[in-house]
Amino acid sequence: MKKLFFLIISVFLISKIAFAVTYNSDPKIFITELVEDAIKTLGDKSITKQEKDQFIEKIAKENVDIKGIGLYTLGKIRKDLDEKTMSEYQDLFEKYFLKSLTSRLTDYSDQKFKVVESTQKNAKYTIVHSKIEESSAQPEIKIDWRVYTKNPQKPLIRDLIVEGLSLAKTQKEEFASILNSNDMDINALLNKLKEFVSS
Amino acid sequence: MSSKILKIFVFVGCLFIASVANASEKECFEKVSRGIFKFNQGFDNVILEPLAKGYNKLPEPVRNGTGNFTSNIATLLSIPNHVLQGEFKMAGHATGSFLINTTVGILGLGNPASAMGLKNQKEDVGQTLGTYGVGGGCYFVLPILGPTTVRDTVGMVGDNLVDPFARVTWHEKEIKNISGTKVDYVGVRAATAIDFRGDNMTNFESLEKNSIDLYAATKSLYLQNRDKKINNSSESDDDDWGNLDN
Repeated sequence: MKKLFFLIISVFLISKIAFAVTYNSDPKIFITELVEDAIKTLGDKSITKQEKDQFIEKIAKENVDIKGIGLYTLGKIRKDLDEKTMSEYQDLFEKYFLKSLTSRLTDYSDQKFKVVESTQKNAKYTIVHSKIEESSAQPEIKIDWRVYTKNPQKPLIRDLIVEGLSLAKTQKEEFASILNSNDMDINALLNKLKEFVSS
Repeated sequence: MSSKILKIFVFVGCLFIASVANASEKECFEKVSRGIFKFNQGFDNVILEPLAKGYNKLPEPVRNGTGNFTSNIATLLSIPNHVLQGEFKMAGHATGSFLINTTVGILGLGNPASAMGLKNQKEDVGQTLGTYGVGGGCYFVLPILGPTTVRDTVGMVGDNLVDPFARVTWHEKEIKNISGTKVDYVGVRAATAIDFRGDNMTNFESLEKNSIDLYAATKSLYLQNRDKKINNSSESDDDDWGNLDN
């Protein structure tokens, strides 16, 4: 009986991690559902760190426009790269992004999250305004989500703006600094990304 | 005498800012700044981080009390800056907050003003200059004090002249029978830094762990944060998002 119970639990967990979860296409509901799902899974103490990492990677690949963020962070140099170099960059950037994301999120501790409102910037972008509510350990934190809505049926996250600080912009300026100090040589950036991914 | 110094300071400051305002967000001396940044990281590893770790082990009421106390003192600088920016409502909020927290909140250790709905937004002379349209000028790093721009450095000197707490302590000028010393000033500034470092322990670790150029990431975050504070807005926009599909 005990074995059967563990089997059912294991199948449930694996299915939750392995299969795609489709969220609502309305940007505000999309973010609400996505974050609620993430909070539930990351806050579950019965799930191992490895399973949490897999979960984060899966929802990120399905709901974050990693390719778009990679292009944005590359800046204007993206127009000068040949197909092969671009493909190498995109591949490295995805690995870099996922490694960095899992490292930031697996240590998630119980925090109350609330979506406040959304503002449609244009046909392609909606900003969803949310907040992590004030607790004894921290003040309220405002988080804005830049949601890419070019395909209205499949919204994708392109940026996270925490208290006015854009993660994508920070990343872009970090990459620009590496490129600028190496005569705009893309190989310098690729080497830095390789170093990070393999560390 | 002090008003003469203030006038000279403002005049020289304005000339200096005007001369470099066009160099917004560019580096003045990146190599030197990167060297100082490394020194600051060493200072953080050896002194600030261990102190902040020890501080985080203190009981929560002690940490909250320290945070409230330093924040209440910082309000004294915010009040004249709200006025200089024409934000009289916010100046009222800050004044009310300081008076209530200093009295009911027992010298600022408690924060009853917040529960009463009084907002206490921090403002400084650098932000005031920013609202007047003064650009940041070039970016550089100061030993111990960290990232800054020409405007914010001029602002920092201005803070020291405008801030009533600095007048009483650093300048040792008695105001309404309240006196202090330079040690009080340095003590409060050190407590503010340790409290900030302790509150952001995880953020610093995450930034250090996930950056491939920590200097550039810190610069970006500093400049974005200053823009946000000057514009009093948490909105972040970049035209390049619109160009992405072209």
